[in-house]
Amino acid sequence: MNLDLTSTGDLARALLPELTLTAAGMLVLLVTAWRHTSGRDLRIAGWVTLTGLVAGGVAVWWLWWHTARAAGPPSMIAVDDFRFVTDGLFLAAAGLTVLVSFDYLEREGLLVPEYYVLLLFATLGMMLMAGGEDLMVVFLGLELMSVSVYVLAGIDRRSGAAAEAALKYFLLGAFASGFLLYGIALVYGATATTNLTQIAAQVRSLSLVQSPMLLIGLGLVLVGFGFKVAAVPFHMWAPDVYDGSPTPVTGYMATAVKAAAFAALFRVLVEAFGGVTAWKPIVWWLAVATMVVGNFIALAQHTVKRMLAYSSVAHAGYLLVAVAAASWAGSAALLAYLFAYTLVTLAAFALLAAQGREGERDVRIDDLAGLGQRRPWLALALAVCMLSLLGFPGTAGFIGKWYILVAATMAHENVLAAILVLTSVVSAGYYLPVIMAMYMKPQPFDQAHAGVRLGRPAAVVVAACVVGLLVLGVRPNPLLDLARSSAIVPPARAATPATGR
Amino acid sequence: MDGTRILFGGFAVLAIASAGLCITRRNPVASALWLVATLFSLAALFVLLDAQFIAVLQVLVYAGAIMVLFLFVIMLLNLGRAGPTDLKGPLGLGVGVLLAGLLLVQLLVLRQAGPAAGGPARATTEQGMIPTVARPLFTAYLVPFEITSLLLLAAIVGAVVLAKRKL
Repeated sequence: MNLDLTSTGDLARALLPELTLTAAGMLVLLVTAWRHTSGRDLRIAGWVTLTGLVAGGVAVWWLWWHTARAAGPPSMIAVDDFRFVTDGLFLAAAGLTVLVSFDYLEREGLLVPEYYVLLLFATLGMMLMAGGEDLMVVFLGLELMSVSVYVLAGIDRRSGAAAEAALKYFLLGAFASGFLLYGIALVYGATATTNLTQIAAQVRSLSLVQSPMLLIGLGLVLVGFGFKVAAVPFHMWAPDVYDGSPTPVTGYMATAVKAAAFAALFRVLVEAFGGVTAWKPIVWWLAVATMVVGNFIALAQHTVKRMLAYSSVAHAGYLLVAVAAASWAGSAALLAYLFAYTLVTLAAFALLAAQGREGERDVRIDDLAGLGQRRPWLALALAVCMLSLLGFPGTAGFIGKWYILVAATMAHENVLAAILVLTSVVSAGYYLPVIMAMYMKPQPFDQAHAGVRLGRPAAVVVAACVVGLLVLGVRPNPLLDLARSSAIVPPARAATPATGR
Repeated sequence: MDGTRILFGGFAVLAIASAGLCITRRNPVASALWLVATLFSLAALFVLLDAQFIAVLQVLVYAGAIMVLFLFVIMLLNLGRAGPTDLKGPLGLGVGVLLAGLLLVQLLVLRQAGPAAGGPARATTEQGMIPTVARPLFTAYLVPFEITSLLLLAAIVGAVVLAKRKL
């Protein structure tokens, strides 16, 4: 199905998932305007949200099934499989987050149905950001996502830690948006366009590879995205924000927000700046610094939530390796890894939320001692999550890491591949103690785990994620085929212009 | 040198001078008023660059709406007294000068780079500025324009959620 994006009807068809989600957001907003007092109202809003997300998923699937492609001049929104697959990922992450939130919000007394409205708007922002074919759409999508997530981080107004998290996230996020916007302005100044494919064409035809304005702009764009994906040295906000936010929101931030930022970063770098080599060493160093610093600081953490926060920084480093490969294989590896990482991280944070006794911030790794005897299934699920995060064979995490390694070696980034393997070994130092505490230590006192409660919807999420991890770990072909067929093919490297400015 | 250039230079000097006064005044109300002066001078510069529509927007949105908001906040927070200076000793001054120098270098580099060829053609004045701004907004840039409205909605919902007295 070819869509002519200059005609209104085809544009609406290309934007069908986004329009569906917008309508769902408005609907939930109306529902919350009338009913917003009891736990039942909260559940109604949650189910409407879930329906909206499923409808959005159906719209994405419809476009994907008809192999929709854009025809005609370059436009604002990309119509390709990369967009559809990442959209599916964001929608799935949002849906699982809704299910985890059902019990959590009621248990913590957070009777704020607008939570679901903001979740929908954040997901919409991600879809626009990762599907944007124009820097303007990428930026607006990023802002829509960020503004919604800033509020979600601080939605628990009674908690000082949540207020701190929201304020830190907001201030640093606004700062990063400034960098990104300034970078976009300079890129526009150099190329006179904000469209990704046209930027690439202008860079070729005007031989702008050496243009200082373009390079400064590109650098600032990288800084802006670096903040959003929490790459070292722009990761300072991540641990405090992840630590202070409500746990389901943390899970959402660590998966969907990161996935959206990576998808947009990859698209921008490959489609617009594929001909500019200057960003490769920068991403290379970012990847190395993120892997090393993230993993080593995670070793020093005592609470599970902070450990998972630093672990998500480390995983951003692995994903940056896929970006640095900047090839078709890198794109496929990015998708496969994001998929595995989203499943495992959502399950891990859902399990952490179940530990909550007056806020699960203080759950130390030692507090999990004896969980294996008291709650065998819960402990098993958490153990599978830790092994998958570590990249243990037989889990989806292993397949993801393996695929990134293949992409890196194919792009002759052998040093990066070696550092990835070495830092993964280091990460065993903080994932395995969780398993050790659960199975090899006695519980400190009787009824130590009496407060652990996993609600039914959250249990469904955890079970689905864990089974998915194990199945994909043994039979990864469907996932890999999907990732391979949806990868962005970098435009053929045009002969590099001989004359710089 | 023709009259336009003299006017341009005059307003440019005015803009820079009032911007300088804006950041050096200790009284926040005085600072805000100098900022109004800066914004008006910028509007005049836009008129001289044949961008009347942007000039009108500048006066309406920035000098009008946003400045009123600034003054409101200043008065609500009751910042009547002059506070201590923001420059923290010689180190702060050094960092400030360094950043200013960096900005200057950047400006010089960008000046050398020059604008790109094939940029948007300068709108002719006969056509009238408003249609030239409005037409792309509802055709080529329809999608970003609509996303902006969603962004504002999300921001309003978020602000209400965080600020309302009773959850």
